[in-house]
Amino acid sequence: MLKKIVILLFVTCFACLNTVFAAESGGMPQLNPEFWISQIFWLIITFGILFIVLTKVILPKISDNLETRKSQILENIETADKQKEESQKKIDEYEKIILDSKLKAKSYFNEAREKILDDINKKRAALEKDLDEEISEVEKELSDLKQKSGEKINKIAAETSAELIKELIGEEVNSSSIAAIVEDQSKINRERKDV
Amino acid sequence: MYQFNVYRIGPEIKLGSVDISFTNASLFMVISSLAILIIFNLGAKKKTLIPDKLQLLSELSYSFVAKMISDTAGSKAKPYFSFIFSLFMFVLFCNMFGMIPYAFTVTSHIIVTFVLAAFIFIGVTIIGFMKHGLGYLKLFVPSGVPMVLLPLIVVIEIISYLSRPISLSVRLFANMMAGHTMMKVFGGFVISLGIVGGWLPLSFSVALTGLEILVAFLQAYVFAILTCIYLNDALNLHH
Repeated sequence: MLKKIVILLFVTCFACLNTVFAAESGGMPQLNPEFWISQIFWLIITFGILFIVLTKVILPKISDNLETRKSQILENIETADKQKEESQKKIDEYEKIILDSKLKAKSYFNEAREKILDDINKKRAALEKDLDEEISEVEKELSDLKQKSGEKINKIAAETSAELIKELIGEEVNSSSIAAIVEDQSKINRERKDV
Repeated sequence: MYQFNVYRIGPEIKLGSVDISFTNASLFMVISSLAILIIFNLGAKKKTLIPDKLQLLSELSYSFVAKMISDTAGSKAKPYFSFIFSLFMFVLFCNMFGMIPYAFTVTSHIIVTFVLAAFIFIGVTIIGFMKHGLGYLKLFVPSGVPMVLLPLIVVIEIISYLSRPISLSVRLFANMMAGHTMMKVFGGFVISLGIVGGWLPLSFSVALTGLEILVAFLQAYVFAILTCIYLNDALNLHH
């Protein structure tokens, strides 16, 4: 499509050119050799100066710039890589430290727990021992008290009964026989209670 | 065709009996060269890691031409880099300055393009003979051609080799001249058709301006790349 348009344009262009050339005298100015030498001369001078200045001054600078940029970028990449490695190392170290400290904290915690548990056990044992002692003491006292109270009652009963008998009969009875009877009675009572 | 006229600016300068007066063609050659030198000098002046616009422009053109040369002519063509760079920039700037209204297009003159092409042709031939001696003549004898056809092929090769400067120069000259003439013709249509019918050729003219800028770049590129190809023939004999 574009090619067709371009070809069409060229055809119309050349068709128009004929009329233009016909209208102007002298034909194409390009083919007029009047200023050819001048054009060649100035072309050589300007292009020569351009070529020399570009070659000697400007292009080395540009290539130098490009080269330094390339090397600088490479250098920067190298240092960046190095720093990355270092930071990786640091990160590893840091993680190691964190891990170590975690382990340490755990062990400390365990130690402390064991200590506390030990302490608690010891104290509990001591306390239990104390309690046991006290309980046994109290029990002993109780049994003592029981025994004593039984004897006392018997005694009181014997005395009262002796006095009662004295009052009733007016005669003193042998106290040991009374005691024996009281003892028998209290035994019977106890048996009844047990039953 | 007024835009292609060459006229004297200032006094007549004569070197012996030859007229080398400063003309409008010379003026635009000087302007193009100065523009190249100024732009690239500014671009090369600063040495910052992150380039500014002009520096980026100059460095991009540098690497563009460098890549073009290494792609077409290989690493042997490195010594000719600055010549091809200057050539490309000169043709490009002359073409581009020609796009400014009322400006003169240096490359629309056959004598200018022919001198450039002839210089390239002679230079390439000298380089070829210097590198390969008489072996450079093998260029005209392609390998793998049957003996019967060889005389014919050699004649064709020689003709095609000798017509290189003509084709190179005429290509650039004809493209530039045809484009500018076409724009002038459509511009003339705008005037002659007036306010009623002039809009169509006007829009065409606008589109053509874009096309011409493309052609201006493309022809400079083609000129430079053909130089590279000729140089490649001279440096690395493939035939």
